[in-house]
Amino acid sequence: MEEKFYARNNLFKLLSLASALVIVVICAAMFIVLFVFSYPAIKQFGVVHFVFSDVWDPVKRIFGGAGAIYGTVVTTVLSLIFAVPVSLGIAVFITQICPHGLKRYFSNAIELLASIPSIIYGMWGLFTLAPLMRNYIEPFLQKIFLPIPVVRCLFEGTPLGIDLLTSGLILSIMIIPFISSIARDAFELVPKELKESAYAMGATKWEMIKDVISPYSKIGVLSGIIIATGRALGETMAVAFVLGNDHNIHLSLLKSSTTISVTLANEFTEADFRLYLSSLFYLAFILFVMSFTSLGLAKFLLSRIKK
Amino acid sequence: MSFVKKRKIKNMFALSLSVFSAIVGLFWLVFILSSVLVKGLSSLNLSLFLNDPAPPGIPGGGLRCAFVGQAIITLIATVIGVPLGVLGGTYLAEYGRNKKYSAIISSLADMMTSFPSIVVGVFVYTIMVRPMGHFNGYAGAVALAIIMIPIIVRTTEETLKLVPWELREAAFALGAPYYKVIKDIVFRGAATGLFTGVLLSVARVAVETAPLLFTSFNNSFLTLNPNQPMPSLTVTIYQYAMGPYEAWHRLAWGASFVIILFVLVASVLGRWIISKRYKNG
Repeated sequence: MEEKFYARNNLFKLLSLASALVIVVICAAMFIVLFVFSYPAIKQFGVVHFVFSDVWDPVKRIFGGAGAIYGTVVTTVLSLIFAVPVSLGIAVFITQICPHGLKRYFSNAIELLASIPSIIYGMWGLFTLAPLMRNYIEPFLQKIFLPIPVVRCLFEGTPLGIDLLTSGLILSIMIIPFISSIARDAFELVPKELKESAYAMGATKWEMIKDVISPYSKIGVLSGIIIATGRALGETMAVAFVLGNDHNIHLSLLKSSTTISVTLANEFTEADFRLYLSSLFYLAFILFVMSFTSLGLAKFLLSRIKK
Repeated sequence: MSFVKKRKIKNMFALSLSVFSAIVGLFWLVFILSSVLVKGLSSLNLSLFLNDPAPPGIPGGGLRCAFVGQAIITLIATVIGVPLGVLGGTYLAEYGRNKKYSAIISSLADMMTSFPSIVVGVFVYTIMVRPMGHFNGYAGAVALAIIMIPIIVRTTEETLKLVPWELREAAFALGAPYYKVIKDIVFRGAATGLFTGVLLSVARVAVETAPLLFTSFNNSFLTLNPNQPMPSLTVTIYQYAMGPYEAWHRLAWGASFVIILFVLVASVLGRWIISKRYKNG
């Protein structure tokens, strides 16, 4: 009897250990597979040339990833610029202002934004947001910014609504729930005594937030922002609808572009020779490394707070 | 006095900015939901569910094949992903508790939940579609399972850790072996949480698009054999929305309506179960 238990326990232990190791195996296998398949392109184009050249010419068999990398970075940065202030405002609202009874509902509503599938964001972006951008918002922005000398180069071109600005805006909506929920958790970790002592000194709510909460929770908030960056880097469908597919680098935010994930979505099934496919794998590998690094950094920061 | 007033004004200003951003957040939610619901509702009819796609120009097409394909792919993914995820999470929370490598695996799983899903698609394309020589439903299911496993591992781990350690000790004291303790005490105590975790992760994975693009691909016929390329709702929406025909757009909106309804129901249900279960803390 006892031996049977012993054997079964060991079997269950091994089985569950194997399942846990599946995670490690998948991660390692992804890394290896992406690297091996992108090797021909890495050998052909090298790292520096691939990262800094925006020539993407399947006909002449020359590939440079700069266009896609540029689009990825710009859309991500734009989304952070739009999302960070709003998300922090939301986190402050939930933790400091919102009446207690409404708190849960409001948090849930914001988190609902995270469970809307990206294909829906894409559909909505293409059919609802892009026309609004094209007809109202972008002409308005051009009216304001075109007369200003240096800034004008960011807003040149015919507003089509299918561009970097729209993509950044959609991405920002998608990452708001991530930043705001992590910031909210970080704000709630601040000990009550600290907040109360600030109030006892006669501080206003804003002064308490600025001088007590924000220094206390800045690492938590930072890691939330980095996680959101990782999300925004790899988002595919929402952006695929509204970014076009243009490998050339334009300075203007009102021009089409492409990101790594959009390039993959559009061209992966069409790559008809080895170097083309390999270059796409190269892009996927770069994306993998980028998001792995940012998510790892966020995890590291979060683990430091827990200690 | 004017100094105090200045501080008060600053305070009011900052707080109203915060309220404003809360309104912005809600505004996006309402804007997106309402436009999908309104446009989707107007293109909803019975033939969406009962017919297969008709050639452009011929009225009365539907997306039956995509609904069926999506259901099959999700089902297979669930069958692969749920046991692996729950077992893996169990290891991290029970046998591997307090071990350093468990913490690493757990962080890795956490990171994988935010990985670009399109890279998973590329990966599965390489390990399954290339060797088999054609796109197939199994590959799509595996891609979804790869996304599902880390999510379930994490929720399982978190849920099991909520079960008080004393309960396990009580069972140990009666002489129960660890696997029995896990099966009869821990799993039973955490059943609602586990179920919710699985429900939410299945709901999340069922609406993924990017990993299916290069794995299960798409077609417009009712496909029951997962060894063939399989249509799915999400990939079909992508294709139809980007397509030139008004009828396609209508079908895509109808499908989006169904998807968003599915997501809303799943997440409300999940939250409801959790709030019922953990009412007192």
